[in-house]
Amino acid sequence: MGTDSLAAIALNAILVNNFVFSLFLGLCPFLGVSGKLNTAASMGAATTLVMFVSSACAYGINWVLTATDLEFLRLICYIAVIAAAVQLVEMSMKKFSPALFRALGIYLPLITTNCAVLGVALFQTTRDYSFVQSAVYSVSAGAGFMLALVLMAGLRERLELAEVPRVTQGAALTLMLAGILSLTFMGFVGLGGGH
Amino acid sequence: MSTNVDKTPPLNFDTFLSGVWRENPVLVMMLGMCPTLAVTNSALNALAMGAATTFVLIGSGALVSLMRSIIPGSVRIATYIVIIATFVTVVDYAIQGISLRLYEALGAFIQLIVVNCIILGRAEAYASKRPVTHAVVNAAGMGAGFTLSLLLLGSVREILGAGTLFGVTLFGPDFQPWVVMLLPPGGFFVLGMWLLLFGWLRERRATPTPQRSSVHGH
Repeated sequence: MGTDSLAAIALNAILVNNFVFSLFLGLCPFLGVSGKLNTAASMGAATTLVMFVSSACAYGINWVLTATDLEFLRLICYIAVIAAAVQLVEMSMKKFSPALFRALGIYLPLITTNCAVLGVALFQTTRDYSFVQSAVYSVSAGAGFMLALVLMAGLRERLELAEVPRVTQGAALTLMLAGILSLTFMGFVGLGGGH
Repeated sequence: MSTNVDKTPPLNFDTFLSGVWRENPVLVMMLGMCPTLAVTNSALNALAMGAATTFVLIGSGALVSLMRSIIPGSVRIATYIVIIATFVTVVDYAIQGISLRLYEALGAFIQLIVVNCIILGRAEAYASKRPVTHAVVNAAGMGAGFTLSLLLLGSVREILGAGTLFGVTLFGPDFQPWVVMLLPPGGFFVLGMWLLLFGWLRERRATPTPQRSSVHGH
């Protein structure tokens, strides 16, 4: 079992090793959905929910697979669980908040191929986290992802009004911004001890 | 043979080349960004990642294309994912067997090839509708394009950040390594720069300079 304290895990996942800015996970939605502030926030929340559900399931599956010596099936099982969790979130969102469902549109099923979600499941396995540690880790990772998305969306909403050379518009500028944000997040290295 | 249902174009060099340049997955379509930025801190890592992804692309492309008439439409995405995950598991174990050092350098990103959108995108948009030869050639082209863009990033980051290329020292002892290029921000900056360069080139080709200056006088 991993020995990190819960606070250290949370701090680490949100700030020090932020999934987007220092681990490079979940960049497709980060670049794709960060245009509008409220879409970004709800995308972050949906991803966090999927992360939490799939991380809990992955914990159980890993326990079964380890007990039965079938570890080589881990990857296939994890991805199947994530796909199911996304389906679950999609259905419940359709029922409880149709407006949000429409706003997220195509990006909702795409959470399945969000590497941050699979990343959480894989990292918690490599680090031997207990169930509670995994739960904290998945929620903090989701919070970190949401923070990145919201920060980026805020900046990009401002940039809409700024006058930049035509060549730099779009992806190139977004990546530069991400680079600067990532530099800022490097300032958190060393916080909370460990890693 | 159920070919020619959707008028398959003849197999030519363009089937391969479109993935390398015109539809380059990273530089044009902006797919598969995570491994692109995460493992390109050295040219060797970039090459290994490119090769692994190309193998998965070709393998899953061939299998999806072979099975395209027996996969039911409603569960196709799940089927593709399982096929891809199988090939990734093979690559994962193969790299562990070949070089443990490389395996540690690439880390979780080998397993994360599963969720590389390029592969699922190719399976859905191309391999599921074309005969095997087309699917394999196109997948090889896409893989080559992906590897090329990773190498572009990896070499720049390694040269600036460590002063080496494929581990060979390029500069004299006075060279001050630009360490930030090896760290996460460097990845974003270098990719942004490449996109800027290619965007600028495309713009220039679209509007030749002498014409543009004369049009402006209206």
